[in-house]
Amino acid sequence: MRKVLIANRGEIARRIIRTCRAEGIVTVAVHSEADRAMPFVREADEAVCIGPPPVPQSYLNIDAIIGAAVSTGADAIHPGYGLLSENADFARRCREAGLLFIGPAPEVIARMGDKVTARQIMREAGVPVVPGFEGRMETPEEAVQQASEMGYPVMLKASAGGGGIGMQVVQNDDELRQAFLSAKGRAKAYFGNDTMFLEKYVQNPHHIEVQIVGDEHGRILHLLERECSIQRRHQKVLEESPSPFLDEATREKICAAAVACARAVGYTGVGTVEFIMDEQKNFYFLEMNTRLQVEHPVTEEMTGLDLVALQLAVARGEALRMQQSDVKALRHALELRVYAEDPVTFLPSPGTIAEYQPPRMEHVRIDDAVEAGTQVTPFYDPMIAKVIVSGATREETVQRAIAAMEQFRLTGIKTNIPFLLEVLRDDNFQQGIYTTQFVQNRRK
Amino acid sequence: MKHVTATMAGTVINVLVNIGDSVNAGQDVIVMESMKMEVPIAAETGGKVAEVKVNVGDFVNEGDTVLVLE
Repeated sequence: MRKVLIANRGEIARRIIRTCRAEGIVTVAVHSEADRAMPFVREADEAVCIGPPPVPQSYLNIDAIIGAAVSTGADAIHPGYGLLSENADFARRCREAGLLFIGPAPEVIARMGDKVTARQIMREAGVPVVPGFEGRMETPEEAVQQASEMGYPVMLKASAGGGGIGMQVVQNDDELRQAFLSAKGRAKAYFGNDTMFLEKYVQNPHHIEVQIVGDEHGRILHLLERECSIQRRHQKVLEESPSPFLDEATREKICAAAVACARAVGYTGVGTVEFIMDEQKNFYFLEMNTRLQVEHPVTEEMTGLDLVALQLAVARGEALRMQQSDVKALRHALELRVYAEDPVTFLPSPGTIAEYQPPRMEHVRIDDAVEAGTQVTPFYDPMIAKVIVSGATREETVQRAIAAMEQFRLTGIKTNIPFLLEVLRDDNFQQGIYTTQFVQNRRK
Repeated sequence: MKHVTATMAGTVINVLVNIGDSVNAGQDVIVMESMKMEVPIAAETGGKVAEVKVNVGDFVNEGDTVLVLE
């Protein structure tokens, strides 16, 4: 592996460039016309413009991306997260073009990408899944019949969904009838697949995920958990590890379940198994993300590992050199996602960044996409920076995070920084008591 | 004359009303998209649509008038 093309943008492209550079690997950035002036384009060794701003014409344009890899002589493609990272067809096309796709095999991506198939595989592997129905449902009445057997509230989900899109909690027959066809229509439009399924809605749940890594020689390890319950619109805002909610016995159980998941599909590379956990600490498989996760730096700062370096090593066919007992929580770590959005309504706020000075402090890592003068366009995800803070204890970490966010200077657009500070200063949050209902409850 | 304004910057992906239509307070009149999020814009007050200031595909800034009601 001498030259890697990064089929992504923003902070994650910069993050991947950093590790590639440290390993002496040449990098190629691809970018849309709207992203010409972004730091990641400048920082890569080479850059290729692959199309107009809308993602279907640029960052989802498989022909243009593979064309760029071939013309620049890249031998591997790193897909980052989002965009084409969990697109089995893209992984297959890379392979056919003689390019190494840095991620699991296309067949694994396809099986985990379909939520219904993934649930079936996990159930067979003995991993608990949320009680639900994944048979065919074409009409609202079929859905209503299943839901009444399950008992409300239920979660209506699109099989191909993700990122909070295509899911809805419904409380009764009428709400389900109303939601069913529109959700099905939206799933068709967004994901090209309108298969729906129902899950029993777990009340007041925690969202806890486990990082795993597997090599091509059959070794699969977990890299402990991440607590991701601070969310708005089903999207994560703050993640931390170790989870303040887990005890040692539950931690061992959930990490073992994640390894069983990965083993059941013959997983290679880094991946994340997402679980939902109720108040009694019963946990259920939600989905597996077959790629690097946005919040991977939490695990990196906690364990001292470099997950991108692990991805590259596995992709080269190397065997993992560490043992499970080598993986330790050396520190507490916490990540804050800075979004270009209104801190109260959470509505997007694109525009031009005037002043930009992220905190420069010890124990604070900044993975960001922007600089002063960057135009934050409405075409892409609103996340512009991640602030990752670590400390010897959770308390120390939270105090450092407050100090860091107070020093973050960013003007010209609205951001959620005031909201992040509000979370960090919250009494319950400081005590480590929160669920996925935290943001909603605060807003009441 | 009452102006309906965009609550965020983004692209107009659907115009749900025509000139002459009567709309109620709280009714969605425009659907916008920005940063992977679809957001409906509702009329704050009721009235008759006098003017539609935007077309599907237009880019508007937060606070721009999208619709005029009489």
